[in-house]
Amino acid sequence: MRQGEHLRAYLREEAMPNVWCPGCGHGNVMGAVTRAFDHMQLDLDETVVIGGIGCASRMPFFLNTNAMHTTHGRALTFATGVKLARPELTVLAIMGDGDALSIGGNHLIHACRRNIDVTALVLNNGIYGMTGGQLAPSTPQSFRSTTSSFGSIESPFDTVGLALAAGATYVARATTFDFEEMPQMIEAAIRHPGFALVEILSQCPTYFGRLNKLGDGRALLDYEKDHTAPLEGVTRQELAGQLPIGVFREEIRPEYTRQYAALCDRARRDGHA
Amino acid sequence: MQQLIQGNEACALGALAAGCSFFAGYPITPSSEIMEWMSRLLPPRGGVFIQMEDELSSMGAVIGASWTGAKAMTATSGPGFTLMQEHIGYAAMTETPCVIVDAQRVGPSTGMPTSPAQGDVMQARWGSHGDRAAIALTASSVLDTYTMTIEAFNMSERYRLPVVLLLDATLAHMRENVTLPEIPIVNRSRPVSASGFEPFGSPDFLPLGAGARFTVSGLSHDEAGHQRASKSDAGERLTRRAIDRVLADADRITLTRQEALDDAELVLVAYGITARAARAAVRQLREDGVRAGLLELQTLWPFPAELVGSVVRNARAAVVAELNLGQVVTLVSAVSGTTPVHHLGRMDGALLEPGAIVAAGRRVLDNAAQEVLAR
Repeated sequence: MRQGEHLRAYLREEAMPNVWCPGCGHGNVMGAVTRAFDHMQLDLDETVVIGGIGCASRMPFFLNTNAMHTTHGRALTFATGVKLARPELTVLAIMGDGDALSIGGNHLIHACRRNIDVTALVLNNGIYGMTGGQLAPSTPQSFRSTTSSFGSIESPFDTVGLALAAGATYVARATTFDFEEMPQMIEAAIRHPGFALVEILSQCPTYFGRLNKLGDGRALLDYEKDHTAPLEGVTRQELAGQLPIGVFREEIRPEYTRQYAALCDRARRDGHA
Repeated sequence: MQQLIQGNEACALGALAAGCSFFAGYPITPSSEIMEWMSRLLPPRGGVFIQMEDELSSMGAVIGASWTGAKAMTATSGPGFTLMQEHIGYAAMTETPCVIVDAQRVGPSTGMPTSPAQGDVMQARWGSHGDRAAIALTASSVLDTYTMTIEAFNMSERYRLPVVLLLDATLAHMRENVTLPEIPIVNRSRPVSASGFEPFGSPDFLPLGAGARFTVSGLSHDEAGHQRASKSDAGERLTRRAIDRVLADADRITLTRQEALDDAELVLVAYGITARAARAAVRQLREDGVRAGLLELQTLWPFPAELVGSVVRNARAAVVAELNLGQVVTLVSAVSGTTPVHHLGRMDGALLEPGAIVAAGRRVLDNAAQEVLAR
């Protein structure tokens, strides 16, 4: 058997080919997701993967789980409804950077705050891919896009900082370059009993790479390598110009659906309404 | 048992009676009491209540919950209803049963938050982009609010549709003595077997997590849920099928109250809170010797064009009374033949009173020959 052949069980092959360009990092992420599913022997019938709109958010179509492909920025709102109505289901929300941070930013904040047991994967490629390479809230300053031809004058969004501040209880950052670690992070996020967010730096050669003259998918992986550093054992100074990679927070706080179940018990006991 | 309850409370009680087990919403006047009631009623019954961060997310959560099999609803008013339109379209595209209550207030924009209006009739039908199947209902009393909330759930379950119930600020906050009746409940039908079942284009509904793994998507898709977003007739085929499901059952969906129409020379067409004033106007006109009748539309969408047309064409004149500057009147005028149709409307936050409707009725009868069609 070819290496990884067993992972086909996690893919919905009749929905292929996928929508991603040659060299795109999103396929790597899907590979990591299937490895995480496989390692934890996830029950696909009891799993719902929910996407928003955009390149990353197409992933639910290609995974062999229950799936929802929803509206731009709102994946977490559907995920909240599914998880609350059937807490025993495993729920993942897979979003892009524009999806999760721009149009869906408010939903992300409140999902973090509620600490609902949903796993959010934010695939950050620094640009709007599906609509043709426009400026994203994650585009680095001075970088070009089809709507920032003279270079962006905006500060890019700090996804991890936002999730930490808003109260997510598992927060991590991965890259498609550090592929080996990604499945473990995704598995830890799924196992985590609370809101878990993994930001995954992914590469977009078609727009981000081309418009900024950074080369193809492989060159962009090198770019990721050069601009990131492991979180552990490095000081802030050493990180100058580099994004830390690793697990920023893993803590247990009361989870929303469990708190809600306890609230229902209280309401029943107290004989309200 | 008689009880004195508010319109919004009747809506919440109707939802519970219909089997609603999931409510997501965001506070907005004049509908907030519906969510306040649901926040008290659902938890002790094991149902889910959540106050979301806005109306978009409320509708998203409702749709997500519905796809686990729950009967789910939200309640809002004009500005929130506008924000929900994207997800109402998604619910239509994905054939998701759910109920949206819109306690109408004066618009556009923030308008007059505590004052009644009936300006969301067209938004209830055409508010989201694209064509779709739609059902929208009205209520004209507190008791009606209870029964029509149940009807809304029943229709959403039967036809796999987002169903809109249009209330208004006055009805929402009004209190009346009611005895709540027993009303039969409809539950969405499940396919006999999950294997081989195609989840779309069928009145049968299979929730997520029931053994058949498929994708629910707002992209045009086929019966199996595969996206067919380019060069495909699948989206039109499924939309037509959803529309046909509704139209084929239009007689059952069309709910009206018809009063003194048999010999009516003057027909009053009204709905919601305005139908109450129109009913009083009919009595007054009859006392004065004018043969007036009332057609109260409890179902606005699908618009019962055939019924309205036959009633109006039999009369010498018609008055459409509504709290807007001309919405249902456009639909009535389209089927009125040579009968002149007069529009009586306002959007200043006041109700249309019986006297105004009586006066309009007299005027339109007097001028029947010269009356020009209202806009």
